[in-house]
Amino acid sequence: MDRVANIKLAVFPLSLFPLADLIIKALENNLGPDPASALTHGLGEWALIFLLLSLAISPARRLTGIGKLIRFRRMLGLFALFYAVLHLLAYLAFMLSWEWLTLLEDLYKRSYIIVGAFSLSILVALGVTSTKKMMKRLGKQWLQLHRLVYVAAVLAVIHFLWLVKSDYTEPVIYGALLAILLLLRARVFSFGRKR
Amino acid sequence: MLLKIKKHSDIGSSEITPEHIYHDRRRFMQQSGRFALAGLGLMLAGCSQEGEAKAISKQPQDGVIPSQPGPEWLKKQVLAFNPDVYTTTEALTPHQVVTSYNNFYEFGTGKGDPLRNAHSLKTDPWSVVVEGEVAKPGRYHLEDILKPHGMEERIYRLRCVEAWSMVIPWIGIPLANILKQFEPTSKARFVEFTTLHDPEQMPGQKASFGSLDWPYVEGLRIDEAMNPLTLMATGLYGDILPNQNGAPFRLVVPWKYGFKSIKSIVKIRLTEQQPKTTWETSAPQEYGFYANVNPAVDHPRWSQKHERRLPGTLLAPNRIETQPFNGYGEEVADLYKGMDLTRFY
Ligand code: HEM
Repeated sequence: MDRVANIKLAVFPLSLFPLADLIIKALENNLGPDPASALTHGLGEWALIFLLLSLAISPARRLTGIGKLIRFRRMLGLFALFYAVLHLLAYLAFMLSWEWLTLLEDLYKRSYIIVGAFSLSILVALGVTSTKKMMKRLGKQWLQLHRLVYVAAVLAVIHFLWLVKSDYTEPVIYGALLAILLLLRARVFSFGRKR
Repeated sequence: MLLKIKKHSDIGSSEITPEHIYHDRRRFMQQSGRFALAGLGLMLAGCSQEGEAKAISKQPQDGVIPSQPGPEWLKKQVLAFNPDVYTTTEALTPHQVVTSYNNFYEFGTGKGDPLRNAHSLKTDPWSVVVEGEVAKPGRYHLEDILKPHGMEERIYRLRCVEAWSMVIPWIGIPLANILKQFEPTSKARFVEFTTLHDPEQMPGQKASFGSLDWPYVEGLRIDEAMNPLTLMATGLYGDILPNQNGAPFRLVVPWKYGFKSIKSIVKIRLTEQQPKTTWETSAPQEYGFYANVNPAVDHPRWSQKHERRLPGTLLAPNRIETQPFNGYGEEVADLYKGMDLTRFY
């Protein structure tokens, strides 16, 4: 087994740590008096963090010259999907008591949920097509499709911005991080063209 | 004179646990009685209370309620409250939750921030400016505003616009009694309230990415202000208000969303014009001047049909239906007769 595989073995459980932490707190009644909301928020925030981490892999590769980092990208992206799905489930189960109709109402009435749902749909599509087999099957289209990850991230930040009541500090920080990642990305494109 | 009501505003008995209530009420009465007797000798009461609380049961409600530091004159007046003036049969939200889960953005926007940061607020001495359409304007010591009045305990539901709710035993004075003392003129159609503005004491007022303008301003129509349910609270759970709950002097309007119940008030102005309130100014399509609890009118970003009665657990989130006017329709619905409440939200 090579070193990357070893590190991946460590990163995998590390990525489950936020979930374990939330579960333990939930079991210990330690999520505060409004655990449904705390859990939904926690999972949503981790979905966004993993999404940004997966986007940071390519720039990190270029900056450090460590090409093997690319092997973490898919795993981090799938964790973003994983946390986003749990985020939706937590909302539906604990905040809506499985009232699907209310979710449907949200999906046509509330713009922050609409953009969240678009973001999640993209993550699902990317997750489904993330296997080696799909990569081969889709060929060039695969790259085009997976560029949508930037759209998913932008939508997730908009989702966060639009649900905030008055203190925009957190979504602004995430938005700034995303903007940096997008800028790095854009520079790579323009360098590419010059050469 | 006032309402000794237990009937209409009580929600169906299916959601309540009589035993809790019994324990709660009993402990509560004993405590308040003892407080009243003990007067300034609070140390003693504090000790025996602790022993008793441990003995009773494991209910979170029976946790120890620490004595709140504050000026003696205020403690003395608050602790002499008349209990049970207005109650509900619903279980009280535990003291620990009421005092640790707060929206008080002057101390930060996290629910735990007020408890963490509010110690920097100096509540004594405290003065309140009364101005506008009154015969007796001026800057008054809080002591002088409160002195002529008796304190009452009022157990009210509090419904936050974020779709959670609590049941809270306040102690205070009907706002009507306080306003009358300053003799509103015939032109007084609205009451405007302002919270202290002092970023040194209220670090949340320094926040850079916030959308609210300080100081916090709220308002009521004069008939809403004069309604017997409207309370100026100075106490909570048998003691004076903790800072994070809006010490030393705050509004409680139980049929409106929580943000109307402005905290740590330093100015009361009676006006002819409808005041511009803080949330309305920041997002007029989301927060109206009235902000009556209304399950039929959704906030644009979330449904108002249900609420989570805190504290909940994941398996028992206590999700209940929200009542029009937060269940106080019999007392206040008349105030809005003929008004389109979807327009005046
Ligand atoms: C159908 C899809 C989605 C639904 C229904 C949904 C719903 C929600 C809800 C109800 C909240 C809490 C709002 C409040 O309390 O006012 C929330 C917060 C949040 N969601 Fe989503 N969401 C979805 C998709 C996503 C996705 C795909 C991401 C990220 C990749 C995401 C990230 C977040 C974040 C970061 C927060 C705020 C967390 C915080 O306050 O710390 N959501 N979402």
